[in-house]
Amino acid sequence: MNQLTPKERMKIPRHSMIEQDPAERSRNFSEVNLGYTPELAIEEAQRCLQCPKPTCVAGCPVNIQIKDFITLIAEGDFIGAVKKIKEDNALPAICGRVCPQEEQCEEACVVGKRGEPVAIGYLERFVADYERESGKIDVPEVKVSNGKKVAIVGSGPAGLSCAKDLREKGYEVTVFEALHELGGVLVYGIPEFRLPKEIVRTEIDGLKRMGVKFETDAIIGRVFTVDELMEEEGYDAVFLGVGAGLPWFLGIEGENLNGVYSANEFLTRVNLMKAYQFPEYDSPILDCHNKNVAVFGGGNTAMDAVRTSLRLGAKNAYIVYRRSEKEMPARVEEIKHAKEEGVQFMLLTNPVRLIGDDEGWLKGMELIKMELGEPDESGRRRPIPIEGSNFTVDIDVAVIAIGNGPNPLVTQTTPEIETSRRGTIVVDPETMKTSKKGVFAGGDIVTGGATVILAMGAGRKAAAAIDHYLQNGAW
Amino acid sequence: MFKIIEARFLAENIKLFEIEAPRIAKKRKAGQFVIVRIHEHGERIPLTIADSDVEKGTITIIVQGVGKTTRELNLKKKGDIILDVVGPLGQPSHIENFGTAVSIGGGVGTAIAYPTAVALKQAGNYVITINGARNKDLVILEEEMKAVSDEAYITTDDGSYGYHGFVTDKLQELIDQGKKIDFVLAIGPIPMMKAVADVTRPYGIKTVVSLNPIMVDGTGMCGGCRVLIDGKAQFACVDGPEFDAHKVDFKNLADRNKMYHKYEQEALKHFEEKCKLTEKINTLEQAE
Repeated sequence: MNQLTPKERMKIPRHSMIEQDPAERSRNFSEVNLGYTPELAIEEAQRCLQCPKPTCVAGCPVNIQIKDFITLIAEGDFIGAVKKIKEDNALPAICGRVCPQEEQCEEACVVGKRGEPVAIGYLERFVADYERESGKIDVPEVKVSNGKKVAIVGSGPAGLSCAKDLREKGYEVTVFEALHELGGVLVYGIPEFRLPKEIVRTEIDGLKRMGVKFETDAIIGRVFTVDELMEEEGYDAVFLGVGAGLPWFLGIEGENLNGVYSANEFLTRVNLMKAYQFPEYDSPILDCHNKNVAVFGGGNTAMDAVRTSLRLGAKNAYIVYRRSEKEMPARVEEIKHAKEEGVQFMLLTNPVRLIGDDEGWLKGMELIKMELGEPDESGRRRPIPIEGSNFTVDIDVAVIAIGNGPNPLVTQTTPEIETSRRGTIVVDPETMKTSKKGVFAGGDIVTGGATVILAMGAGRKAAAAIDHYLQNGAW
Repeated sequence: MFKIIEARFLAENIKLFEIEAPRIAKKRKAGQFVIVRIHEHGERIPLTIADSDVEKGTITIIVQGVGKTTRELNLKKKGDIILDVVGPLGQPSHIENFGTAVSIGGGVGTAIAYPTAVALKQAGNYVITINGARNKDLVILEEEMKAVSDEAYITTDDGSYGYHGFVTDKLQELIDQGKKIDFVLAIGPIPMMKAVADVTRPYGIKTVVSLNPIMVDGTGMCGGCRVLIDGKAQFACVDGPEFDAHKVDFKNLADRNKMYHKYEQEALKHFEEKCKLTEKINTLEQAE
C-alpha cells in the first residue's frame, strides 16, 4: 500500500457497488446490493489518503477507526479489518448497509473534497460479509461475570449495541423483546432487499454466543413494569431502547378507508410476517398486482414501502412528498435505487384527502401542489400550498410514511420517568440517564425517529454510563 | 413456547384452552387480551383472556373457529404447543361500583363479557347478565355467568332455549320494566354491539363495547387496529379495546374488518385442502 503516492490514489475512481439489474430486482425481494469482490475492496481501500487526522472518524456517530480498518483492507487483511470495526461497532454488516454514509463518514472524507469520497460504507459491509461467509465469526472476549444484572428493553440497534458493550464488561445482560422475532426495526421495518434478515440473525447470534440472554414475546410495561424488573427480578439497571413505534397519520379525510396503511403495518406484514408469501404464510397483504400505490413521505421508510409495493406487483408506485428532492431525508442511494426501479416521484405535492367508495375502499387521492418558502425551524424551506392547484389521482393502496411517535407502553406504567411534550423520554445527553434512578434510555424513544447508527451510538453511551453507575453506585 | 394444559369444546366450533403462561396469568386484568401466533408461518391474532389461574400459572382463552387461524387453533389438543402468546395487552376494563350493571355477551363474546361480569360483581355492582346465542347449542359459559349474576338471562335467536329473541330485546324489556340500569357492557358481533348502543343511547345509559379490529403487533406499532371514536382515530390495542359505545363508528369498523375477506376465504380453502390431504395420507397409511 505504501507504494502509492497520494496523487496516484486520487486517480483511482470510486468503485461502484455491484447491484442486481433494476428491472429484475424490482420484482424480487433478494438483496439489491451484491457487494464488492476482494479485488474491488482492496482497490477502493487504496483510495484512502491515510490522513494524519482522519476527519471521517469524527463524522461517524460511534467513531469507528475508519482509517485503520481501511489500511487493513488495503493490505488484504479482511478479518483484521472487521475486528478493528468491531471494537466500536457491534453490527458492521447492518451499518454497512443502512447508515447514511453520505451525511456522516463519507461527507467528512478528504478525498471527497475533490472527487468522490472513499466508499467507507461499502468497505465496512464487505469485511463484515467476508467474515460471515468465512463462517469464522469472531466473538468478542467477555470479562468474568461481575454479578450485576442489566435489563435491556427492546432488541433494536440501541438495545443490541448496549447489550454487547455491557456483556463485554462482564454484566449479566437480558434483552426483552415485545415481538416474536429479535431485531426490532431491523426485522419488521427494513425490507429483505435492503437488509437480509439472515444478516440480522447472524449478528444477534454473535451476541448470544457472548452470553447475552434474549426473551421474545415479553412486553415490558405490561408483563413487568420497570419497577418490577428492578425490585422483583433483581436487575441493577435498566436500559430503555424501545424505539418510536407509534405511527403518525396525516389527519386528513379518508385515512381509515380500506387500503390505507401506516408504513409500519405495511412493512411489518411484508417483512416480519412474510405476507408476500401468502398463503404459505398466513398473514395477508392487499394484492398490489396492477394496482396504483401511493406512499406519502420522503424518508427511508417511504422508499422502503414504495419499493416493496413494486415487488408486490404494483403497476404505478408513487412517492408523494411535499418538499423537493433536495430536502428528502432518505439516503441518496435509496432514492437512486427507487428511481431506477421505476418509482414515480410526485415532488412538491401534498395529499389533501383520500377518496373512498361506498363500501369503504380507497379509490383515489386529492393532491395539492406546493412551493417552497422561507426556511422553517427545521432549517428546510417551508412548503406552502399553491391555492387552486388541486388534482386527483386514482389509487388502490396508500401507505403513510411520515414518521412515528414514541411508544407509550413503558412510560404509561412508569410515570416517574420524565417525558417531553412529544412523549419522548428526557435524558441527560451525556449519560443517557432518565429521571428515574437506575434507568437509562436511548435511540428513537429519546430522539424520535432517527437512524440505526445514532441509536447504536446512544446504546453505547448508555452502556458506558451504566457501567460507571454500577461500579460507583453514585447517581 | 406455550403449552396447552387443557382443551375442550364448549359448543360446536367453540373451544376453551387453558395455556401455561404464568407471567400473563399473574398480570392480566378483565378486558385485556393476548396476541397468539400458532407456528412459524402463522399470523398474529388477538384473543381476549377469559380467565386466569395465578397458582397454576395458566390463562384461559375461548376460540371460535371462523377463519384459518382460529380453525387451526381449534385442532390443537391438550399437551400441544402454541409458539407465541404475548400479553396482557390493552387497557383493562374500567370497573367501579356503578350500581346496576348489565354485562351482555353475544356468542363467543360471552367469553369476554364473563371476566368483566366477575370484576363488576367484585366491585359491588348488582350484576345482570344477558347471554345470547343463535341457538341452544351455541350457548356458552351458562353456569359461570349465572354464578356471578344477581339476574341471569339467556336469549336465543330461534327460541330454542331461554328467552326467544335478541339480547337487545331482553335489554329493552328490562328498561321497559322500569329497572334502573347504570352501566351496560356489550361484547359480541358488530351488529349486536351497535344495536345495544342504539337501545341505551336515548336513555343516556353509559355503555361500553369491546372492539375487535384487525391487529398485527398489538403494541401500538402498526396502527392497523385504528377505530373511529367520536370521529377521531384511536388504536384499539393501546387505547382500547373498550370504548364508549355511543361514540364508536360501527360502519367503519365493519368495513375495515372486511378488508381481508377475500384472503381469508383463500387461506381457509388452502388450509382445508391441506387438511384433506393429510387425512387421505393418514387413511392410506392406516390401510397399509
